[in-house]
Amino acid sequence: MKKNGFLKALKANWWIVLVLTALTLLCILPIIHTVALSFSDQARAAAGEVFFIPKGFSVNSYAKLLKESTFLTAFWISIRRVLLALLISGGVTILAAYALSKSPQVFPGRDVYLWILVFTMLFNAGTIPWYMAIRRAGIMDTIWALVLPCAVNAYNIILMMNFFRGIPTALEEAARVDGAGPWRTLFQIYIPLSKPSIATIALFIVVYHWNNFYDGLVLMSRPSHYPLQTYIYQLTVTIDVRTITNIDTLKELLKVSGLTLNASKLVVSMVPILLVYPFLQRYFVTGLTLGAVKE
Amino acid sequence: MKKARTSLAYHIMMLPSMILLLIFSILPLSGILIAFEKYIPAKGIFRSKWVGLANFEYMFQIPDSAQVLTNTLIIAISKIIMNLIVPILVALMLNEIRTRWFKRTVQTVVYLPHFMSWVILGGILSNVLSLDGIVNQFIQLLGMEPVIFLANNKTFRAVMIITDVWKEFGFGSVVYLAAITGINANLYEAAAIDGASRLQRVWHVTLPGITPTIVLMATLSLGNVLNAGFEQIFTMYNPMVYSTGDIIDTYVHRTGLVNAQYGLATAVGLLKSLVSMILIAGSYKLAEVTVDYRIF
Repeated sequence: MKKNGFLKALKANWWIVLVLTALTLLCILPIIHTVALSFSDQARAAAGEVFFIPKGFSVNSYAKLLKESTFLTAFWISIRRVLLALLISGGVTILAAYALSKSPQVFPGRDVYLWILVFTMLFNAGTIPWYMAIRRAGIMDTIWALVLPCAVNAYNIILMMNFFRGIPTALEEAARVDGAGPWRTLFQIYIPLSKPSIATIALFIVVYHWNNFYDGLVLMSRPSHYPLQTYIYQLTVTIDVRTITNIDTLKELLKVSGLTLNASKLVVSMVPILLVYPFLQRYFVTGLTLGAVKE
Repeated sequence: MKKARTSLAYHIMMLPSMILLLIFSILPLSGILIAFEKYIPAKGIFRSKWVGLANFEYMFQIPDSAQVLTNTLIIAISKIIMNLIVPILVALMLNEIRTRWFKRTVQTVVYLPHFMSWVILGGILSNVLSLDGIVNQFIQLLGMEPVIFLANNKTFRAVMIITDVWKEFGFGSVVYLAAITGINANLYEAAAIDGASRLQRVWHVTLPGITPTIVLMATLSLGNVLNAGFEQIFTMYNPMVYSTGDIIDTYVHRTGLVNAQYGLATAVGLLKSLVSMILIAGSYKLAEVTVDYRIF
């Protein structure tokens, strides 16, 4: 029955099905190729025999990976970074968003705070002043440099604020009559009612912090302090920069550089995102655009 | 009394954010001064020698600037246009598909690259596009000469634009799909009764229905005219393609953090920030005027 439905659709829409299938393959095949490489025999991978199925199936590169302490350290730093960011960035976002969701009548000064926030969203001093400020704060080369400077994200706060504003004020008034202050209202009414929105913000934080590599590269002075993406960056780039001089060295380097090992590192770095991907798919639509087109 | 206590609580809730903003966003504004100085780190921002607009004058003299600006504009504007058109087409195509499992599968796969970092995708792409990568093997199979995509000034920009669209087109289509879902089904029925063909229905019902969304996305993307995609280019470029691939952000990184020409790098960054601010604020204003969009 289902099959028939698809066949019928195929007849009616064959070119659409064809284009969409091609686009889908275009997105997934490079990833499948990388997975195939990571499970292949090193020599056969270097010889260019591997396409989308592993040749000479082997888990050698993964075994090697587990013994490579720099990789494991970087992985662990990234995990810690994400957890710290969830706690700190998530915490300050919820607090600020709740306070900002109040009207200026109950929260005098609210508009001033909001405009400071919007200003930081529109204007930044640039890379060099940003770098100098982190140096002055004395957190260079520590995990705090990866977490604190980007903990306050105006975009996330405004998004969360808009969610909080969607909660009927009658609930808050009822709580106030019962003697609940702002803190209790936030923790016992707003947060429990906003679980999907908080999940959205949490996912944004996870994806941002897991994927960011530039701050790790610039703010960490020792490679042993690199988060995972910075580690991977440095790995792929050292190959690239040297390959440019002439074609023969490129071929040489590709053979000696652990093509399969690199592939396995890329695959392992993708895993955490793939793990949260089902949740991402459920929640991301909520946070698609910051504001709303008023009907 | 109680009112004062309530508003005090709100101030305390703002405090952590404001302290962090003060340290990492507001105080760094003093670093802008570096753009007007011959900055020496040992002397600090307030004791380095003041040179007025010398850094800016220098910026307009060196040939790099024109090249970097051209590269930035070409890459950024091409991306803006492509990232507007392709997702709309994909959303329109997805909307024609009634078979749920097929639609779901396509969506699940094409959204995925959006969530991957450029480091990982850059690693995958430089392997796939390398001289003995699968793309070149395919090209050779067709009897053509292999191309070193990422070290060739003829191909680098195109590769950046195409791979960016490749990463974002799926996710970009979500907005339009959501807008299409919001179109009144009666309109389609009315069009069908009037004997409209499928293409006519797309043209006269679906497209007008999502026009506000298209206008909104087009307007908001204006803020990105100077953003050619730092992370992407930084992970995939190399000295061979500086003449076509070097953009403002990569240039600032190299002059400032690699070559320690702080004054010049800050000046370039400041100019970019100022223009971007005007563009973003302007685009929000324009979105408010055209489709009554407000961020809060």
